[in-house]
Amino acid sequence: MKLTDLPDSRGHFGPYGGIFVAETLMAALDELRAEYDKARQDLAFMAEYEYELKHYVGRPSPVYHARRLSEAYGGAQIYLKREDLNHTGAHKINNTIGQALLARRMGKKRVIAETGAGQHGVASATVAARYGMECVVYMGAEDVARQAPNVFRMKLLGATVVPVSSGSKTLKDALNEAMRDWVTNVESTFYILGTAAGPHPYPMLVRDFQCVIGRECIQQMPELIGRQPDAVVACVGGGSNAIGIFHPYIPYENVRLIGVEAGGSGVDSGKHAAPLTAGTPGILHGFRSYLMQDENGQIIETHSVSAGLDYPGVGPEHSYLKDAGRAEYVAINDDEALAAFHDLCRLEGIIPALESSHAVAQAKKLAPTMKKDQIILVNLSGRGDKDINTVAKASGITL
Amino acid sequence: MSRIGPTFTALKAQNRKALIPFITAGDPGKGLTVPLMHTLVEAGADIIELGVPFSDPMADGPVIQRASERALANKVGLKDVLAMTAEFRKTNTTTPVVLMGYANPVERMGYEAFAQAASAAGVDGVLTVDIPPEESVGVADVFKAHGLDPIFLLSPTTPESRIEQVAAAAGGFIYYVSLKGVTGSANLDTEEVAKKLALVRKHCSLPVGVGFGIRDAATAEAVARIADAVVVGSRIVNEIETAPEGECVKRVQALLQDLRRGVDAASK
Repeated sequence: MKLTDLPDSRGHFGPYGGIFVAETLMAALDELRAEYDKARQDLAFMAEYEYELKHYVGRPSPVYHARRLSEAYGGAQIYLKREDLNHTGAHKINNTIGQALLARRMGKKRVIAETGAGQHGVASATVAARYGMECVVYMGAEDVARQAPNVFRMKLLGATVVPVSSGSKTLKDALNEAMRDWVTNVESTFYILGTAAGPHPYPMLVRDFQCVIGRECIQQMPELIGRQPDAVVACVGGGSNAIGIFHPYIPYENVRLIGVEAGGSGVDSGKHAAPLTAGTPGILHGFRSYLMQDENGQIIETHSVSAGLDYPGVGPEHSYLKDAGRAEYVAINDDEALAAFHDLCRLEGIIPALESSHAVAQAKKLAPTMKKDQIILVNLSGRGDKDINTVAKASGITL
Repeated sequence: MSRIGPTFTALKAQNRKALIPFITAGDPGKGLTVPLMHTLVEAGADIIELGVPFSDPMADGPVIQRASERALANKVGLKDVLAMTAEFRKTNTTTPVVLMGYANPVERMGYEAFAQAASAAGVDGVLTVDIPPEESVGVADVFKAHGLDPIFLLSPTTPESRIEQVAAAAGGFIYYVSLKGVTGSANLDTEEVAKKLALVRKHCSLPVGVGFGIRDAATAEAVARIADAVVVGSRIVNEIETAPEGECVKRVQALLQDLRRGVDAASK
C-alpha cells in the first residue's frame, strides 16, 4: 500500500487513527463519512468549495522568498507559504469552509467547535456567520485569558464562546467539552473539528481540505525556482497545517518533510507538548496516536507559549509518517520560537503566529547546515496579531 | 468464569430485576472504595460497576468528571482499581464486578496483561466506553479468553442494523444508554426506551441494563419494568460528593436501599 492511499475504510493509518468513541456518536460519524464520500465526488460541491477559497479566503496564498531572513540565517534560501494572508489570518479557514459546506449539505443549522489559540474558533465563527448558522465555540479557560482578542473576534462574529474550566483548562479540555455537546445534540449539530485528529473521518476530511496548501506549493515552487524545495517545514500541534502541506509532497521522495512540535521549556524538562518527540502511542479523543501520558495511561498536562500547539496528542497520520520514516519530527523550545518570531518581524516585516514561529525557528537551525542554493519551504500557517500580548508579557512589557 | 450470567439467571428465577450501582474507584478516598462496595451489596446491589479514573472522561458529565478528578488526586490508577477488587473478593465471592472506564489506561497496561490481572483480581466484566465493537476485534477475544465479559453500549442513535453486530461482540449484558448526552443528564423518557428495547431484544438474547437519567425509586421502578437491570451512576456519585465527612457510606446505603425498593416494586 502506498503512503498516500491511507487511511483504510475504517480510518486506520497502520496502527493509528480509527474510531474510538462512545456508541452514541457512531451513527453520526457513519453519516458524516457517507456524506463526505458523496460530496467529494460531487462536482458542484467541490466547485463551490474552490469558489469560496478563491473569492472569500483569497487563495491561492503566495509563496514569498524571505531574502533578508535567509541572509541572516546564513545558508539555505527560505521561502514562506503565506497562509497568514488568508481571510481570518490562518490556514484554519480552508477546513472550516469545507466542513460548513458539508454541514449545510446535511441540513445542520448549528455548528460547534473547539479552539486553542482561537484561530479555529474565529474561522468557525466566520463561516457560521457567512452561511447563517448558530455557532458555539468551546475554549479552555486558560486560553480564553491568554487569547482575549480572538475571544472578542468570535463574539463580534456572533458566536457564543464557552470557557471550559475542567482538567488543564486548555485545548484538550475544550475538545472533551465539544464532544460532550455533540453527543447531547447529535441530531441538530455539526461538529467542525479544527485539526487533522479525532475519530475517522475527521483526520482524513481535515487533511483533504488542508491539502490545498501543498497542492498550491507544488505548482508555485517550479514557477519561482524551477523545482521543488529540498525541505518542507511546518509546526505540528494537532497537525492540520503540516499534513496539508506534507501530504501532497509525500510522493516527492527527495523533499524532506519536517514537523516541528512545541518543546515548551525543553523536552528534557517534561514541560512541553511534543508527543511525537517524547510520547508513546495511546488512545485519546477518538483515535490512536502518539500521546503525552504517564505510566498509568493518564494524559499529562502540556506546556507551550503557543496555545495552538498546547495539545497532548497529534493527528494519526503524523504518527504513521513518523514510524514509516517519511517525515521527521523535532521540537523547538519557547525561547527559540520567540527569537524566530522577532527575527521575522524585524527582517521581513511579517508578524508570525507563535505556532508558525516554531517552524521558522527550525528553519533557523536547518539553514546553516545546507547550501546557499538549497531551498527550505516554511508553512507560515498564521499571523501573529493575536499573540502580541503573549509576546509583550514574555518580554516583560505590559500593553 | 464471569459471575454475570449466573447472577442474571438467578434473578430471573426469582422474577427480580438487577440493580447495578456505579462508583468511581478512589472517590472520595482510596480507603473508602472497598467498604463502599460492601455497603452497596448489603443495601441491595446485584452487580457493582467500578469506575476506573481517567484524566479525560469524554462521555461523562460534570458529576462523574469531578469524581474522576478526585480519584486521580488520590493517585488511584488502574492497578489500584484491580487491587481494590481483589480486596473486595476476600470476603465477597459472589457479586459480579464490572470495570467501567476509557481505553487508554487499559491500552497502556496492555490488553493481555490487563485481562490476566483483572481475571486474577476477580473482575467479571469490562466496559471501555470508547472502544466500540469495530475497534474491539482482538480485544474482546482476549477478554473472553480470560473469562471477562466484554460489555458494550447501545444508544438511542444506534440503528437497528447495528444492534446485531454489537450483540455478537458482547458478553454479560448489554448496557443501553437511555438518552443522548453524557452521564448525569436528565429527562428520561421510559416510553421511548421501551420502544427501543423491543428492537434490541429482537436481535439480542443477552440481558439488557438501562442507565442514564435514573435518580430515585420512581425512575428506578419505571426502568425496572422494562429492563433486566437498572444502572445508577451520577446520582450515587453526587451523594458521595455532597455527603459531610464521615457520612458518605451511610448516605450511599440509604440511597441504595431506596433505589432497591423502587426496583423491587416493579416485580410486584
